[in-house]
Amino acid sequence: MTPTVRLQREPFDAGVEAAKLAHARDDVGALITFTGVCRGTENGEPIAALTLEHYPDMAEAEIARHAAEAANRWSLLGLTVIHRYGRIEPGENIVLVVTASSHREAAFAAAEFLMDYLKTRAPFWKQVETASGKSWIAAKAADDAAAGRWEVRRREHEAAE
Amino acid sequence: MNVRLRYFAWVRERVGKPEETVEIPASVATVGDLMTWLASRGEEYAYAFENRNVIRAAINQSHVRPETAIKGAEEIAFFPPMTGG
Repeated sequence: MTPTVRLQREPFDAGVEAAKLAHARDDVGALITFTGVCRGTENGEPIAALTLEHYPDMAEAEIARHAAEAANRWSLLGLTVIHRYGRIEPGENIVLVVTASSHREAAFAAAEFLMDYLKTRAPFWKQVETASGKSWIAAKAADDAAAGRWEVRRREHEAAE
Repeated sequence: MNVRLRYFAWVRERVGKPEETVEIPASVATVGDLMTWLASRGEEYAYAFENRNVIRAAINQSHVRPETAIKGAEEIAFFPPMTGG
C-alpha cells in the first residue's frame, strides 16, 4: 500500500477521494474520511479568510514520512492525505485524511494519528484575516498534547517488544 | 560555510525576506548559535529572533533542536510553531 500525499491550492472532493480507496476491491471494511473545514469565527471574531503558508518540499517530505509511519503501525489498505495552502474562506475545506482498513480500529487510529501530527509537525502556518487586519494564529498547547500521546504509545510499544 | 537560509510566517515578515544565502563563520556551531549570530546582524534580525525559545528550525528539511550541529547543512529554515491541519 503506497500512501497518496498531495499539497494543492485547489479544493478537494472528499467523497471522490474516499471512493478511490475502496474502488474495485472487497477487503475494505472501514473507510474513515476526516475533513478539516475553515470556521467562520476565530476566538469569537468573524473572519474573512485564512491564508496558509507552507514550506513546500519539507511539508511534502514530512507528511509522506508520517503517512509511511501510519502505514507501518496499522494494517491499512489505503491512505490519502491532502493539505491545501493559499487563501481559504469560511466553509471551504483545508485538509483531508482518508484511511481504509478491514476493521475500523486501524482506520480510526491512523486517521487520528495523522491529524495530530499534521497539526504540530507539518510546516504550515495559518494567518487569519478579520476586519481588524491580519494576524498569525498561535499554536495550541492542546494540539501538542494530542500529538505527544502517540509518542508515549510508541515508547510503550517499543518497550513491550 | 555558505548556507541557504529560509524564513516562514512571522519570522519571514520580521526579517523582511523569505530567504538568503549567507556565509556563516566557523565559530557558529549549532542551530542555537546561528540564531544568536543572526540576531546580531541588524534590527530586523534582532526583532525576529528576540524570543528564541518559540522559534523552530529545520536542517535540510527535517526538524532539529537548538543544540543540533549545523555542520554540513545546505538549507536551514526558521519558523514559528506550526499551525497546519
